[in-house]
Amino acid sequence: MTDLRYEAPNSLNAAVALLTEAKGLARVMAGGTDVIVQMEMDQSEPELIVDIKKIPKLRGISAENGGFRVGAATTGMQLCDHKTFAAAWPGVIDGVKLIGSIQVKGRASMGGNLCNASPGADSVPPMIAAGAIARVVGPNGVREVPVERIPTAPGKTSLAKGEIIASFFLPPRPKGSGDAYMRFTPRTEMDIAVTGVAINLTLDAEGVCTAARVAIGAVAPTALLVKDAGDALIGTKVDEAAIEKLVAATRAACKPIDDKRGTKAFRIEVTGVLARRVAMAALERARGNI
Amino acid sequence: MAHDILENSGFAADRKLNIVGTSPIKHDGWDKVTGAAKFSSDLILPGMLVGKILRSPHPHAVIKSIDTSEAEKLAGVKAVVTGADFPKIKEGTPYGDMTRMVMAQEKVYHEGHPVAAVAATSEAVAKKALKLIKVDYEVLPHVIDPVAAMQPDAPILHSYMRTKGATPNDPKVSADRPSNIVERYELGVGDVDAAFKEADVIVERTFDTKPMHQGYIEPQSCVATCSEEGEIELWCCTQAPFVYRDRLSEILKVDGSKIKVQQSELGGGFGGKTAFYAEPVAIQLARKARRPVKITFTRSEVFRGTGPVSGTQSRIKIGCKKDGTITAAEAELIFQTGPYSGSAFTNAPQAMFTRYDLKNVRTVSYEVVSNRPKVASFRAPCVPQVVFGVEGIMSELANKIGMDQIDFRRKNAMADGAKTIYAETFGKIGFIETLEAAKACDHYLSPVPKGQGRGISTGFWFNRGGETSSTLNVAPDGSVTITIGTADVAGSRISISMMVAEELGIPVDKVRAVLADTHQLGFNRVTAGSRTTFSQGVVLVDCARKVIKEMAGRAARIWNVPEEGVEFSNGSFRPAGANVGEFQPLTIADIAKKTTSTEGAIAARSDMNVTGAGPGFGCHIVDVAVDEETGAVEIKRYTVVEDAGKAIHPLQVEGQFQGGAVQGIGWALNEEYIFGEDGKMQNPGFLDYRMPVASDVPNIDTVIVEVPNPRHPFGLRGVGEVPVVPTMAAIANAIGNCIGVRPQSLPMSPPRMLQWIKERDAAK
Repeated sequence: MTDLRYEAPNSLNAAVALLTEAKGLARVMAGGTDVIVQMEMDQSEPELIVDIKKIPKLRGISAENGGFRVGAATTGMQLCDHKTFAAAWPGVIDGVKLIGSIQVKGRASMGGNLCNASPGADSVPPMIAAGAIARVVGPNGVREVPVERIPTAPGKTSLAKGEIIASFFLPPRPKGSGDAYMRFTPRTEMDIAVTGVAINLTLDAEGVCTAARVAIGAVAPTALLVKDAGDALIGTKVDEAAIEKLVAATRAACKPIDDKRGTKAFRIEVTGVLARRVAMAALERARGNI
Repeated sequence: MAHDILENSGFAADRKLNIVGTSPIKHDGWDKVTGAAKFSSDLILPGMLVGKILRSPHPHAVIKSIDTSEAEKLAGVKAVVTGADFPKIKEGTPYGDMTRMVMAQEKVYHEGHPVAAVAATSEAVAKKALKLIKVDYEVLPHVIDPVAAMQPDAPILHSYMRTKGATPNDPKVSADRPSNIVERYELGVGDVDAAFKEADVIVERTFDTKPMHQGYIEPQSCVATCSEEGEIELWCCTQAPFVYRDRLSEILKVDGSKIKVQQSELGGGFGGKTAFYAEPVAIQLARKARRPVKITFTRSEVFRGTGPVSGTQSRIKIGCKKDGTITAAEAELIFQTGPYSGSAFTNAPQAMFTRYDLKNVRTVSYEVVSNRPKVASFRAPCVPQVVFGVEGIMSELANKIGMDQIDFRRKNAMADGAKTIYAETFGKIGFIETLEAAKACDHYLSPVPKGQGRGISTGFWFNRGGETSSTLNVAPDGSVTITIGTADVAGSRISISMMVAEELGIPVDKVRAVLADTHQLGFNRVTAGSRTTFSQGVVLVDCARKVIKEMAGRAARIWNVPEEGVEFSNGSFRPAGANVGEFQPLTIADIAKKTTSTEGAIAARSDMNVTGAGPGFGCHIVDVAVDEETGAVEIKRYTVVEDAGKAIHPLQVEGQFQGGAVQGIGWALNEEYIFGEDGKMQNPGFLDYRMPVASDVPNIDTVIVEVPNPRHPFGLRGVGEVPVVPTMAAIANAIGNCIGVRPQSLPMSPPRMLQWIKERDAAK
């Protein structure tokens, strides 16, 4: 048992300073839907909690260079309720919508979902598929990091001491783009992904796929960008042959474990099933945007 | 003492009812929906300490020593207790085992078994103190699976245990050597071997089901205090305040008159709050610290420390003739019970076939200890698990002889006066009416939607009565309070209040039910066996009748007429005829007002061992869809048809039907304990112990059948337990009809479903 110190600075610099100077375990808290639960379960005993919700720059969604800038502490419900963002990135919203319940989404943020570094985090594969870039602020300045390079292992990230994710940049959307995310859970909600697949693709006027990114979650220590799976679609009309290649590449990329949430074989099998279903959903959305 | 009401309930089919059969808002409902109701953890007392329990990390170990000295030295720690602080009672006796489940003594028998506890001024201090307690364990080999535990070379939990009911004819058991088999129980009737020879079709299968946690939302919590005189007060969530008192008296060696148990509002029990866990520990801490102590379990403690219901292994065989007549049935059943007996497994052989009129039945059942949390009751303890198998075979037989599923069951259905294999002869029962209602309901008449499968199943539960003690007090304004000693676990207060109001002819709003403490009433049996609304109804209608008689006497004395000159109807006392004289009718309130000028307070009490509970029968119909690529099962439509005798409060009855089915859906599809090789539970939380959430289940349709039980004043039968009995079987039958393979193992979770689908395809 240690005394717990709680700070809620109102500037990013102050937050970075607090984290940089912290002696023992320091945790950044946005919605608290993971941090507080882990403390309750005695899985985490921080000496310092830095609540970043009071930092205005870390909350909200704005247009930037044809894309979007999303504050890392923006809540899930703010994202779901933001009509232009939700219309541009329905696959990201698919993922956000699956996080916990409405009450949980009223607190939880994408920044927290990413930094908690659970391989099953639902907003992470669609962010990776979207090509989202995290803006990391720390004692040595600012760096821009692709989302797939943030988590390094379950519960671990590439963030250095004192670093915070301030925001995400989601790039401009060409015409003919569509994305989607699906996960498999035994329950319909309030559950954690056994496997998840996100696909973001772009079609030209003839319906030929010109860009595709595929990401998978819950089937490896971190969510993975599966380049082969995306490449299987590029240059095709996303026909049956391309989808079969996509399914095979997605299954090949899985490195799951047997655990209480599923067996290796089941996870690999169902990841392929989802890849096909997600491709069809993304395709339909893309065709609606040509 | 003989009680007239048990001989003659006064039930009249043509009685005009004003309140019974309506669904008024529960008096205790408002506070529950606003959060104002006081549950177990809501009591806060001055000087109250926080109690925390240290639990074993090992599934099976000898406790060589416990050193609590460092914990005791920590500032803020006010008391530490271990098994040594409990009176020594011989292991292998009911109370000896009970006290060891609450706090280990010589050995720990499951991961999570309590070994010590502290009371401290804050939770943080208490948690720190637990880390300072040093326990020296000698770790022993463990066994989790009951079939493995039955093997001769299995690790033995109790060296003194010899199998009760062992017979030389059964090589599985021996009375001569230590065994994990607590008991072998045989029950049957007729000549089974000869009767199987008469069958045209015989189906024999093996089944297994997993332990299932009751899943109540409110974790166990209690507050204990001790006076200078040694009088103990306990506030807790319980289904059994009087049983707790008496058991506490036995294991703590304190007079029952010095122990007051007050039930709080209860956030779900389902059988799981019929046995105490933290309560004796909180009391011993409070006695030692001389301060109030509260212990509240975390969800992880609930899963690792409190009882699920038994998992089972079964082999079941049924034979029938081509015309559908069942000639014989046979079963071998294995029940896991945790470290000590207590599964109530004999329910299973008694109830598994009961609803079918079978003349030749043979069953052998075994109760087996193993290194997992001790089981506790859950709705119809041990019966749904084996009905999962029975009704699978019933469906298969019906298909084989080409008979409609309901017709096949109807052909073998018990009727009034049927005799059970446990030698009870039924009175009026409603199984045939239930089957007829099922066959006529919209769901059964609708075609099975394309791509889906439909299953049906039936179920039975005994329904119980038992010791019940209550009082009824009339206030001077004519309003009425009733004290309830049989815990309200599901909203029984409103139904009981309605019966009192109906009998007295006053609005239900004039009646208020109070949850009594154990000092206020005589012994009340546990709320279990679907006994509460039935038994409390009988006892309080009896009280109401006594009060009416008393008031009629007072009316007679006020009017100065003979007592038989007064009659009571619709809440008023009137002259019985013109010859009595002309008097203005007196209402209950009119007479109640005159307590000062008459013989004082008007009150009644009734204490009896209630008999006459009517058995309950149900039939479930379910449609499912299966995603053959992921193994996911979706419940598309579900209908519960059940005989309630008389639905006192139809909405409450529907709630019971729906709740039972929903719990069964969870048990059927996803709920299971996952143990690692180390014997530790890996999923002690709702995230990975997958109870269904609201969006997992469709609206459960209900059909309330009413075949009155003439032994109850209003014809009621218990409805709490039957609704879970057929559920897993009905769902498995529906899945079988959908994918072509009828699952014989629970849970029917996606990975297992996918495996069965692949095996099916491989066999093609």
